[in-house]
Amino acid sequence: MNEQAMQSQVGAETPMVEMRGVNKWYGDFHVLRDIDLKVSRGERIVICGPSGSGKSTLIRCINHLEEHQQGEIVVGGVPLTQDVKRIEQIRRSVGMVFQHFNLFPHLTVLENCCISPMWVQRKPRREAEAEAMKYLERVQIAEQARKYPGQLSGGQQQRVAIARSLCMHPEVMLFDEPTSALDPEMIKEVLDVMVELAREGMTMLCVTHEMGFAKTVADRVIFMDQGQIIEENAPEPFFNDPQSERTRLFLSQILGH
Amino acid sequence: MTIRHEMLPERPAPSLTVGPIAWLRANLFSGPVNSVFTLLGLYLLYILLTPTIQWAFINADWIGTSRDDCSREGACWVFVNARLPQFIYGLYPRAELWRPNVVFATFAVLIAWLAIPRLPFKRWVTLIALIGFPLFAYAMLYGGYFGLPVVETHRWGGLMLTLVLAVVGMVAALPIGILLALGRRSQMPIVKSFCVVFIEFWRGVPLITILFMASVMLPLFMPTGVSVDRLIRALIGITLFQSAYMAEVIRGGLQAIPKGQEEAAAALGMSYWRRMGLIVLPQALKMMIPGIVNTFISLFKDTTLVMIIGLFDLLGIVQAALSDSRWLGFAVEGYVFAAFLFWIFCFSMSRYSQYLERKLHTGHKR
Repeated sequence: MNEQAMQSQVGAETPMVEMRGVNKWYGDFHVLRDIDLKVSRGERIVICGPSGSGKSTLIRCINHLEEHQQGEIVVGGVPLTQDVKRIEQIRRSVGMVFQHFNLFPHLTVLENCCISPMWVQRKPRREAEAEAMKYLERVQIAEQARKYPGQLSGGQQQRVAIARSLCMHPEVMLFDEPTSALDPEMIKEVLDVMVELAREGMTMLCVTHEMGFAKTVADRVIFMDQGQIIEENAPEPFFNDPQSERTRLFLSQILGH
Repeated sequence: MTIRHEMLPERPAPSLTVGPIAWLRANLFSGPVNSVFTLLGLYLLYILLTPTIQWAFINADWIGTSRDDCSREGACWVFVNARLPQFIYGLYPRAELWRPNVVFATFAVLIAWLAIPRLPFKRWVTLIALIGFPLFAYAMLYGGYFGLPVVETHRWGGLMLTLVLAVVGMVAALPIGILLALGRRSQMPIVKSFCVVFIEFWRGVPLITILFMASVMLPLFMPTGVSVDRLIRALIGITLFQSAYMAEVIRGGLQAIPKGQEEAAAALGMSYWRRMGLIVLPQALKMMIPGIVNTFISLFKDTTLVMIIGLFDLLGIVQAALSDSRWLGFAVEGYVFAAFLFWIFCFSMSRYSQYLERKLHTGHKR
């Protein structure tokens, strides 16, 4: 019900995610500095930057896994506040995929996908399982549904994690370095799923160093350094004609070899 | 340059490394020093075990009614035999013994049902065991309902009392311990400090002191006319004491669960209690099974301390029987019997926990 109520508030022109003057500190360390970001419905954004530049922190603020101290974050028209109910409501419409998959090791693949639809959205088991199987088929892992995460390879686990998020029917998907913990031969299978998802029009924010992926699917690429957005552009000009010296240096470092 | 065109087939291991003889060689006779120690160990076992077996079985007297039936060199199990009803039920009226027997039998059936994985309706049986059974056991043992005569708790004793203390202590200490452990990790300062103070207070005081306070000091603070049964007071003392230990065991388990697990659950929109109940606690409790069972076992044995507040648990009643003038001089038999019963219960718990650990293992090993 909540999601529907939320959707009805949101016109087509309302941004899916909007950040205005967001600042965050870890103790004395200023991780996010005056972040302004608007993501429209269906837009695909890739965020890159050196480690420690605050890119993970930025997307983790969107579903309040990290708390920002200043500024405003609005997700699907709903402003993010301290209110626990509000936060849970926003989290139900924001899917997240983690670097280390974070599947629940005590549950089977199918149970991993069903647990939140069943306990949070109160769907009957049969319905939740049928839908989970649909998404598991989409990420081409349905035959592993009865196995435990510990029995799967890294790439398979990450595909399950994507399916688990999709089972909640999110309106935005956040990807926090989804391929960084994978062996090289498994990166492609995860990227393929993400490209597929982008083609279907999912709103996506991806923190990744996969520049090939950025070139193929991104509408905008954002470069961050020291907690600030340094450069923000469409992929074509971003890669071919970076404006900032720091962006140029970063790109030459990761594309150079 | 090397190129391999055909893959090598699998070959069986050399026969000298598998089989019983290889095992003997590897583990018992792997060198002159180890062989000497093995033989020495076997000899020690022989000189220790033979007299024990002779005393306990071969030369022992089993049947009879009085000490005159114990004529031989070995153990006089006649003593234990004659006193058995008392050891099991304490001073429970003889005519009413069927009541504890029914409770024992129901308890055994429920435990077996929950312990055997193949049997169905686990959820319902758990509910019955946790809610229905305690009420039923109370009504049966204490009486006063369905026309059963009341049996005051000071007549309860022996193994029955030990089991009542231990089972109530375990069943109550686990949930309280979980709440305390969660509270100690809470962000809310008041909840957190309450849990810290509670845990540190009960952990810092010996159980014997708590039992003394419960039996001697508590009545002083009670308004006149209000009296709480001595057994209930002991139960509350034991439960609070053990829940503090349980809380620390479970907190250890909670800390071992990676933060990402809770984050993933949160990202799926789960509330705090769902994150804990569905994701974090099942993993933490599974990981802490050895620690939890360890606490249970120590609780089971700690129940013997209620002797000092005048309750006669299994060990207490055995000790009381030793001073009976008709049966003087059979202390060894009495203690061996009590030790044996305690060992049976503790060992079963330990084995069951190992089985449970293997059964619940899904994540880390294949």
